[in-house]
Amino acid sequence: MREKAEAVIIGGGVTGCGTAYSLAKKGLTDVVVLERGGLCTGASGRCGGGIRQQFTTEANIALAMESVRLFEQLSEELDTDIEYEQGGYLIIAYEDDVDQFRKNVRLQNSLGLHSRFITPAEAQEIVPLLNTDPIAGATFCQTDGHANPFRVVHGYARKAQEMGVEINKFTNVTDIVAVDGHIQAVRTDKGTVKTDTVVNAAGAHSRDIAAMVGVDLPNKPYRHEILVTEPLEHVLDPMVISFKTGIYFSQQKHGSIIGGIGDPEEPSSYNLSGSLRFLKRMARTMVELVPAFGHLNVLRQWAGLYDVTPDAQPILGWTEGVDRFCQANGYSGHGFMVAPKVTELVAELIVDGKPSMPIDDLTLSRFEGEITGEAYVVG
Amino acid sequence: MTEMVCRCEDITKEDILKAIDQGYTTLDEIKHVLRCGMGPCQGRTCIPLITRVVARETGKSAAEVSRPTTRPPLQPLSLSLFAGDEE
Ligand SMILES: Cc1cc2nc3c(=O)[nH]c(=O)nc-3n(C[C@H](O)[C@H](O)[C@H](O)COP(=O)(O)OP(=O)(O)OC[C@H]3O[C@@H](n4cnc5c(N)ncnc54)[C@H](O)[C@@H]3O)c2cc1C
Repeated sequence: MREKAEAVIIGGGVTGCGTAYSLAKKGLTDVVVLERGGLCTGASGRCGGGIRQQFTTEANIALAMESVRLFEQLSEELDTDIEYEQGGYLIIAYEDDVDQFRKNVRLQNSLGLHSRFITPAEAQEIVPLLNTDPIAGATFCQTDGHANPFRVVHGYARKAQEMGVEINKFTNVTDIVAVDGHIQAVRTDKGTVKTDTVVNAAGAHSRDIAAMVGVDLPNKPYRHEILVTEPLEHVLDPMVISFKTGIYFSQQKHGSIIGGIGDPEEPSSYNLSGSLRFLKRMARTMVELVPAFGHLNVLRQWAGLYDVTPDAQPILGWTEGVDRFCQANGYSGHGFMVAPKVTELVAELIVDGKPSMPIDDLTLSRFEGEITGEAYVVG
Repeated sequence: MTEMVCRCEDITKEDILKAIDQGYTTLDEIKHVLRCGMGPCQGRTCIPLITRVVARETGKSAAEVSRPTTRPPLQPLSLSLFAGDEE
């Protein structure tokens, strides 16, 4: 392991590896990534891979739209097929969703996103297997979609390494040394790296990392469960989701249906076990929407952690009180889809001192004032 | 001749050797990059074979090569089986 680096990134998920790649692309290759497991051990290797731009806050819409622009060229840039597909996101509207959804579409349209409100019949044209009986309509945006998170993370990591970044797997960060608000070094179970710049991309464990230098993050971990079925012929183009039931599912390029459902009764915890309760709620909700899926076999279920902030928007940028300590966490269940733009902005902040898009609304200090949050948190 | 190790996902011994060469030396990592063990057999056929290859290439004993996480259900079960009953 290198003894010193211009920047140390803690976490080998999509944020950490994406930031490493973005820094290297900007010419900063004296960078060390520290990951306590293998790459994708955290949420990045457990997520649904969904990429959506239909949000309800300007910051999230902008980050997601810019990220889609980057996803569109990412396979070529990373020399690997990230299995990116723009089959759209179909957001199911029940009767009492309709007014709010129409407003959301207006906000999204005003920011240049081509989302639209559609009727149940139109929804069925997009998803022929959909049972439209319980639904009042849907919103749809064709340029939403999904990609394979493993391909994205390993693609970022490989390119970053080729450009000179050092990635250390199975290396646990145990402490950050700071003197008078200036970072000196990062300690791990495999040795110490001297640096004055640290990116906190430790996902649901970011709070523990911040605590090492006395910074209190408001993030809380929540278990989210997910399952995958056996592969079947192509029957589903878009990701189908509902904020009311918390369900989401899509068909991967490989053929399997992958999906999850949030649980309003889930307490904050680091629990990663799978539950029968999830399997039943998921099966019932999915089979109601697509009765034909009742025949599908479930191959595996697993869980990951959402890293949730009080307003469901990420925490990005410098930290008051500790010089050059950059937060890149708190994605609240949608960190994969915004990673391309977020990691580019973080790299700009570190190298140029200023990101190309303002992130003032997303820094940690926002929680000192009043909070207006993202309403579209799935699951 | 190519030696098939994972029939569900069409993964050969050469694919495994290439992944090890790229630095993926745990079964979870190999599963993530190649999908082996993720098919309908749920790893029953391929994981013991892959464990042997990894052990030989990394100089570890088969017992030391960490097994991939086992995920429920232990055999494929249909969604309608779970959709029916109450919580
Ligand atoms: C079930 C589920 C479904 C999801 N679906 C979607 C989706 O469809 N679309 C979407 O955009 N998002 C989705 N998400 C959210 C998304 O997965 C996350 O927001 C995103 O992966 C966060 O990436 P990350 O790199 O910031 O964090 P992680 O991937 O969690 O990476 C953090 C890494 O830090 C490491 N680490 C922690 N502590 C230490 C330490 N002390 N030392 C060294 N390393 C450490 C961890 O091992 C981990 O690998 C989903 C999440 C879950 C759980």
